[in-house]
Amino acid sequence: MSTRSSLLTVAFLSSLLAAAPSTQAAGLKVVTSTEDLAALAREVGGERISVEAIARGYQDPHYVEAKPSFILKLHSADLLVVVGRELEIGWLPPLLQQSRNEKIQIGSRGYLDASLTVKILDIPQGQITRAMGDVHPLGNPHYWLDPGNGRRIAQAIQAKLSELQPTDAAYFAQRFADFDRRLLEAEKRWDAAMAPFKGTKIVTYHRSWPNFVERFGLDVIGYVEPKPGIPPSPQHTIDLIAEMKKVKATVILVEPYFDLKTPNSVARETGAKVIVLSPSVGSEKEITDYIHLFEYNVNLIVGALKGAVK
Amino acid sequence: MVTGRISLCFCLLLAFTGPSFAQTTEADRLKAELEALRLEFTNRIADLEARLKTVEAANATAASPAPLPAPPAQMGGAPASSSKMFNPDIAAIGNFVGAAGKSPGGGEPSLEFNEAEVSFQAVVDPYARADVFLTFGPEEVGVEEAFITFPTLPAGLLMKVGKMRDAFGKINASHTHVVPFTDRPLMTQNLVGGDEGLADSGISLSRLFPNNFAFLEATGQVYQGNSEIFVAEKRADVAYVAHLRGYRDLTESTNLDLGGSFAQGHNDAGPDQTTRLWGADLTFRYRPLRRSIYTHFLARAEATWSRRSELTGPSSFGAYGYLEYQFARRWTTGARFDTSDRATDASITDKGASFLMTFKPSEFSLVRGQYRHTRFGDGVKSNEFLFQFLFSIGAHAAHPF
Repeated sequence: MSTRSSLLTVAFLSSLLAAAPSTQAAGLKVVTSTEDLAALAREVGGERISVEAIARGYQDPHYVEAKPSFILKLHSADLLVVVGRELEIGWLPPLLQQSRNEKIQIGSRGYLDASLTVKILDIPQGQITRAMGDVHPLGNPHYWLDPGNGRRIAQAIQAKLSELQPTDAAYFAQRFADFDRRLLEAEKRWDAAMAPFKGTKIVTYHRSWPNFVERFGLDVIGYVEPKPGIPPSPQHTIDLIAEMKKVKATVILVEPYFDLKTPNSVARETGAKVIVLSPSVGSEKEITDYIHLFEYNVNLIVGALKGAVK
Repeated sequence: MVTGRISLCFCLLLAFTGPSFAQTTEADRLKAELEALRLEFTNRIADLEARLKTVEAANATAASPAPLPAPPAQMGGAPASSSKMFNPDIAAIGNFVGAAGKSPGGGEPSLEFNEAEVSFQAVVDPYARADVFLTFGPEEVGVEEAFITFPTLPAGLLMKVGKMRDAFGKINASHTHVVPFTDRPLMTQNLVGGDEGLADSGISLSRLFPNNFAFLEATGQVYQGNSEIFVAEKRADVAYVAHLRGYRDLTESTNLDLGGSFAQGHNDAGPDQTTRLWGADLTFRYRPLRRSIYTHFLARAEATWSRRSELTGPSSFGAYGYLEYQFARRWTTGARFDTSDRATDASITDKGASFLMTFKPSEFSLVRGQYRHTRFGDGVKSNEFLFQFLFSIGAHAAHPF
């Protein structure tokens, strides 16, 4: 009896081994943790690579479910690009571990942490504890919301793609140069549109926008969340309303994955306007690439502030 | 700016040279100087233009990446303290369970610090990572799991070696702190190793079968054969576990998870007597991505059939059905329906139902209440209220989905 079942097990295990390894698609297969990174990879890689993102743009990137379908994506990837700074710590490590893909493990050539060459804000100084909420010990991971950082990410991706697919290095370089030029032109436009509102006092829901507000000169005076990742509390909301009235903050920026109940009630009390801003490519249908992301957000803010400031 | 300065120079020079009554020699000297200056500037401008052209050309062909603004001081960098870098991630999870109401078998104590789990997790070397989970119970200290994982073996295999929870179904593979109840279902209690569940020393191999339709993973495990329900009297009495998991996204918000399990080992009834378990599980999940932190719904059914070779008669059957609904960011409610025959007598069936409410102040702590009604097969009924405080500190790696 036991020999029969041992044989069965051996047969089962060997059938595991026997199955053919997965076939590979043509061109470099790039998987990114977010749609922003995917959009930037597309700018550089064009049709010479294939790109897939894991998290959707309208999803809170801190809380993504580690679905097995993502393991399949990672299993056949040649390059994994991550936001880093522990943004994906809750879901990417188990996916990566189960991917059975040597190429994209941390430290391998096919693993690119996009945060290593960008400008990082909010790096905590001194002792940090979880009493401060979901603080990111390595700095704010929403850094892609500064076009300058977008350029740096694209450049890092260009370097990595050229390393992995050297025959197309000139193509990637040319595409990066083209993206760089278009981004530069767009930046001039955005700077001009935002210039009249320099120093405008605003409130945001989560600390997703430090790079954005620094770039465009807005002044965040408070957050709807009492602490990062902690849902709004009544006392904090009262304090926030008082502060907003005092300094005349006129706009509340909310990410698309947060509930609008508290922002709306704060807005009613203060007369401020609630804007659902897009933190990522793909969070609205029309935001199809990195430049459109800023185009959309700048238009929304300018529209709201024009009305508010008069 | 440069041109501005140049024209300013010219104007000044012209102003000085303008008066015609100056001495001719002086005028000539000034003229010569002016000419020298003009030449120098033309040369310099030409030089600058040439340089600009080469830079532009380099950009256009982008043989070298475009120059970026000088990086500020905090660009990139690694702010973590380097002395701790190679320390494993350490976490402690405390689980406190309280119970009220009558229970025939004694059941859970009134108040008990049920378990402290301490975990150490780190990458071992370029080929492996290790996870160690120690549990400190009221009476004993044990190794819940301690294994090394080789994630990138050839042929898409993933191997684990060490002490592990058997890959038998959903609930058995879960650590206590991720089980969505304060207790474990009757099925586990009666057929799959009680509160401890099946965990043993062994080797596990699993493989993906990539295809376009679904996620398919097969796992085969060999164990020493000593866990709650298995007894190995000699070396040959090893236990085997096989598990097949299929998963498919129905939409971006919904998915279906299907599993089949088999386990076999020797039991305590005598030499060459074995227990075989078959298991099936089905999970449906719904979580809208735009509101993923506020709501989700889960429905799960898991069944186990147990067959002991020394017994004639039907297999013992156990199952539970579980529904879970998150109705606010911090609040989840649930209901569980239990049925399970006893392992050694399939004619005695215990049944139960539980209602649960969970409050999560953050992702690192929770408070749970559970009302549990049980009708034991021998006729005894019990109504109990259980509650649980669970907290987690430190860096605990995310659990598999």
